[in-house]
Amino acid sequence: MKNLEQEKLDMVLEESSILTASLQRRSFLKYAGAGAAGIALIAAGCKKDRGGNPMTGTTLDFKDDFGVLNYAYALEQLEAAFYIQVASNPPSTFSAAEKLYFQDIQFHEIAHREFFKKALGPAAIGSLEVDFSSINFTDRTSVLGAAKAFEDLGVAAYNGAGVRIKTDAYLVIAGQIVSVEARHAAYVRDLISNGSFADLNDLAASGLGADNAKGLDGALTPDKVLGIAGKYIKTKINVINL
Amino acid sequence: MNIVNILEEIEKVDGEIYERINPRRAAMKDFFNMGKKISLAALPLAMGSMFQKAYGQTTPAAVTDVLNFALALEYLEYHFYNHALVAAPNLVPAGAPRTAITTIRDHELAHVNLLKGALAGNARAEITYAMTDFTAGGTFPLVYDDYVTFLKVALGFEDTGVRAYKGQAPALKGNAVLTTALQIHSVEARHASHIRQMLAANGATGLKPWISLGPGGISNDTGVSAVDAVYARENTDVQAGITITGIATGVTKAAAVESFDEFLSKAEVVTIANLFLRTGFKL
Repeated sequence: MKNLEQEKLDMVLEESSILTASLQRRSFLKYAGAGAAGIALIAAGCKKDRGGNPMTGTTLDFKDDFGVLNYAYALEQLEAAFYIQVASNPPSTFSAAEKLYFQDIQFHEIAHREFFKKALGPAAIGSLEVDFSSINFTDRTSVLGAAKAFEDLGVAAYNGAGVRIKTDAYLVIAGQIVSVEARHAAYVRDLISNGSFADLNDLAASGLGADNAKGLDGALTPDKVLGIAGKYIKTKINVINL
Repeated sequence: MNIVNILEEIEKVDGEIYERINPRRAAMKDFFNMGKKISLAALPLAMGSMFQKAYGQTTPAAVTDVLNFALALEYLEYHFYNHALVAAPNLVPAGAPRTAITTIRDHELAHVNLLKGALAGNARAEITYAMTDFTAGGTFPLVYDDYVTFLKVALGFEDTGVRAYKGQAPALKGNAVLTTALQIHSVEARHASHIRQMLAANGATGLKPWISLGPGGISNDTGVSAVDAVYARENTDVQAGITITGIATGVTKAAAVESFDEFLSKAEVVTIANLFLRTGFKL
């Protein structure tokens, strides 16, 4: 009798988690749809390129390493676009050293973006349309806050995607990039509040999957990362075979 | 043989072990119930196929080796910082520096405990402070007397740690333990970034939070030639056959070098780690 009740409870729990999962997916798709609708108004003058057309969106197919590399390529496109804007017109209160380091970071992200584009060749997705309307590029606090969000998310994204990579060489490359993103993250965090370079409690509270008691940085699955990054991307991103 | 205990131990490093073995909780419960009926002789066989499915091609022995290697490095890092905090009270200035070193020490201890817990009965022997020599046989005689020397050795440890985890990633490919290792790896990179900024504020003017091109194109950008081995090949600008220098306007050799950290092989890391271990306790 007791066993039967427990089994029922388990079934309810399982069903409710399935419900949550499908709701999450639905709200992500809804978001993606809204993004596509938003871009439709100004899409007329946009250059059409493979996969990057904001009308049809782009597809990340996680069935193989190309999907993971394209996912990284998408995130690097986003980061590069952000830092290009910051480096070309930094907040007036940035020091000379800060301007220099944001230029450095800009070139790192451009190098990552171009690396993936070249490595993927014809399999690369197109250029994404970004939406930085939530960032005030003249305001130091706004820029640093966005930079922190991009870097911490980038670290969690690579950490969470590593396990999907099947080719040794690509796995090592992902590791070579994520530590540079973590160095950026620590630098930006210290600019905001010195000593917060590895505030794992804060990273956990931000929903990035960190765990201070275990000394672990963030790690998120691609659907969660894209859900958070979606705010900055106009192009509709379809995810399949995740 | 207690299968539930084993699964719990694995769950500490691999939070998704149950999902990997079988994504349906109810079915997992059935398995436990079934376990009571399976003969003891058949259980190891059932376990073996379960783990093979969950962990793909990597053999548990290889995973254990990597985790024990990581544990040795984490013991070294922990003792290095802990000794500074408990035995050299005037070394690290009070305020932000001491808080930062304490944060890093606590993370290293958390890593030791996490890896020890995951390895359980397979964990390597403990490395105590008495087994270490952070002067590296006299190379850094003032490591616990001079703050800048301490920071230089700290940076050597952090940048080595970052490179060591990277090098072991392929051995954990497709394994949920890889995610945990990557989560430790990026914490070490955050530490390295901060220690670099601490050094820059204490005389190493211009030392960047990321590893840049050394003077004259050498791989070591720290100006501390005693740690050259830590930075071997860090001046590389070709990744997976693609030349990064000039890949876009403004991407100089220095930018190319900075944008990708390099890995160290296990043998290279062992050579570095052994400099800080006394005879009889080397890896």
